[in-house]
Amino acid sequence: MKLRTLVLGLCSASALAFAAHAESITIATVNNGDMIRMQKLTDDFTSKNPDIQLNWVTLEENVLRERVTTDIATKGGQYDVITIGNYEVPIWAKQNWLLALDNLGADYDVDDLLPAIRGGLSVDGKLYAAPFYGESAMIMYRTDLMEKAGLKMPDKPTWEFIGDAARKMTDRAAGINGICLRGKAGWGENMAFLTAMDNSFGGRWFDEKWQPQFDQPEWKDTLDFYVKLMKDAGPEGASSNGFNENLTLFQQGKCGMWIDATVAASFVSDPKNSTVADKVGFAIFPSKEGVDNHGNWLWSWNLAIPASSQKAEAAEKFVSWATSKGYTELVASKEGWASAPPGTRTSLYNNEEYKKAAPFAGPTLAAMDAADITKPSVKPVPYTGGQFVAIPEFQGLGTTVGQLFSAALAGQSSVDDALKQAQDAATASMQEGGYLQ
Amino acid sequence: MARAVTNRHKTIVTIAAWIVALLIFFPILYTIVTSFKSEQEAIAGFNLIPSGTLESYTAVEEQSGYFRFFLNSVILSVGSTILALLVAVPAAWSMAFSPTKRTKDILMWMLSTKMMPAVAVLFPIYLIFRDWGLLDSRIGLTVMLMLINLPIVVWMLYTYFREIPGEILEAARMDGATLWGEIVYVLTPMAVPGIASTMLLNIILAWNEAFWTIRLTTINAAPLTAFISSFSSPQGLFWAKLSAASTLAIAPILIMGWFSQKQLVRGLTFGAVK
Repeated sequence: MKLRTLVLGLCSASALAFAAHAESITIATVNNGDMIRMQKLTDDFTSKNPDIQLNWVTLEENVLRERVTTDIATKGGQYDVITIGNYEVPIWAKQNWLLALDNLGADYDVDDLLPAIRGGLSVDGKLYAAPFYGESAMIMYRTDLMEKAGLKMPDKPTWEFIGDAARKMTDRAAGINGICLRGKAGWGENMAFLTAMDNSFGGRWFDEKWQPQFDQPEWKDTLDFYVKLMKDAGPEGASSNGFNENLTLFQQGKCGMWIDATVAASFVSDPKNSTVADKVGFAIFPSKEGVDNHGNWLWSWNLAIPASSQKAEAAEKFVSWATSKGYTELVASKEGWASAPPGTRTSLYNNEEYKKAAPFAGPTLAAMDAADITKPSVKPVPYTGGQFVAIPEFQGLGTTVGQLFSAALAGQSSVDDALKQAQDAATASMQEGGYLQ
Repeated sequence: MARAVTNRHKTIVTIAAWIVALLIFFPILYTIVTSFKSEQEAIAGFNLIPSGTLESYTAVEEQSGYFRFFLNSVILSVGSTILALLVAVPAAWSMAFSPTKRTKDILMWMLSTKMMPAVAVLFPIYLIFRDWGLLDSRIGLTVMLMLINLPIVVWMLYTYFREIPGEILEAARMDGATLWGEIVYVLTPMAVPGIASTMLLNIILAWNEAFWTIRLTTINAAPLTAFISSFSSPQGLFWAKLSAASTLAIAPILIMGWFSQKQLVRGLTFGAVK
């Protein structure tokens, strides 16, 4: 009995001594399904790296963005790994706020990362963040309602076809709206969709001299088409709908079509949560007749290491683990291939088991391959970014313009007024930022 | 006739009070109801009858340890309240019983600091916390919460102290009471209802403070406001889980408020009727 007590005591003392020596890193992240899954699977990492402890800070997306920005700008050093989008990565890397990821390990296989995603996370050829999951945008539609409307989704649908199909699929008496699109104001909400839509209409945010383009016919066509379409075939209160609201409407069978992030494909195909899981088809983001542009929507959630981190080596080990091929296989072994984080690695889309488990794999890859954030518009532009403009001013300006366009959708202002005010706001912002002389 | 009018008046006032109370309480009630729904039910539309599932509570507990956040909330709210009272009682005493011609100005200035948007001083405060090693520390946040609530505490105590006749304190002085004895043995016991209600209100304010508690903490000092914030999701359904997290966060303060409501009301109406 005494010996047992002694052994237990020694074990406890060793454990305590070890814990005292273990290096702990703090990871800031958002509450997305893939991120939560990662937190649950971290035993795999800590068993391989017993000298590293992980602390998680999960925050609402906008709070996270604000907190991480404050911490990095003041060199607070509160976080060792941060979750940021591909909008922030190039801007922050150029400010020397992020460390280059040079030591991800011999078996990391950087060349396996999807070229479009890797390009968006690199500055001067150096990778500053590792993609955790990525997405483009595509059409998700009800095959049964499309058939009932006597239509067939083309390989490369045009906006004209989408408008026609949405109106034919609408049956408000049965609670079915032909199309559900984002209307909630925000640079990452309605403006993500409308910027991509304007790209596909041949428009752009700024010309080569940073002159705002809201007074040009492409934006007028885009906003006119969007507002009329939503009035004819959209859900009630659409100006309050973002990703989550539209997801719910689609899952409840209340949308004929939904054009949004590809990551939604797994949600609408999940029979546990979607009443229409077996009736969903996918197609590439529409373009205007005669315009060879499918929106160029490209987004990824990435793990990066702030320059203020004192534990960069341990942090990079974690980033490497969480974004490796091995992690994808770990998720597949625990929760099935359909749950593997999408949109980051070519090898995933060559994997037969994944393609079998995820019927949306092909359309997702096609959408991501079609997105080119270096050339978002068919016209020349001085910026990069697909559904956003990769300049620091875009967060504020995009949200301001989003509010104007959301008001136009709600009928509180006319399309012409919204465009005029957007032009004025963008011109003022560009002058303040020193882009316009 | 007069009695009938009085009774009718009482009934109308009672009904109106109930309606107002229900309107105020309804968001909390609906949060609690939603926490017992599935995510699909939560977003399906207005419905006051939940299916009674506990899946959101299970998910919330699995995802993040509630107790750690709860403990921090208790330490921060109680700690900041005790600190605030230690500073505010002498301050309010001097303003109430030894006023100068600038006392009113000082009180107004103290109150005006509450009108400043917190975000305006985020960067300076963050830099001070960083340089003094106070980021994510309970001590730093306790002092911060004490400072932001101090104007209200001083104002409330000043109002209560003003109701106490100065002659009583004079009598104590004539009996040989020291300054310390006057405050501790004469003033404080007489102002117990006021101090108690100030204390309770300050605990509630500190418990619910969400700007600084989220921005100055990460792991060690994060209270329940940070716990709630972690359940909002940009991609995926979260209303039921967020409601469960909110219910768990507000439950302790609701229970405390329920048991101390008599004390609170007594304190808040102290001196209202002479």
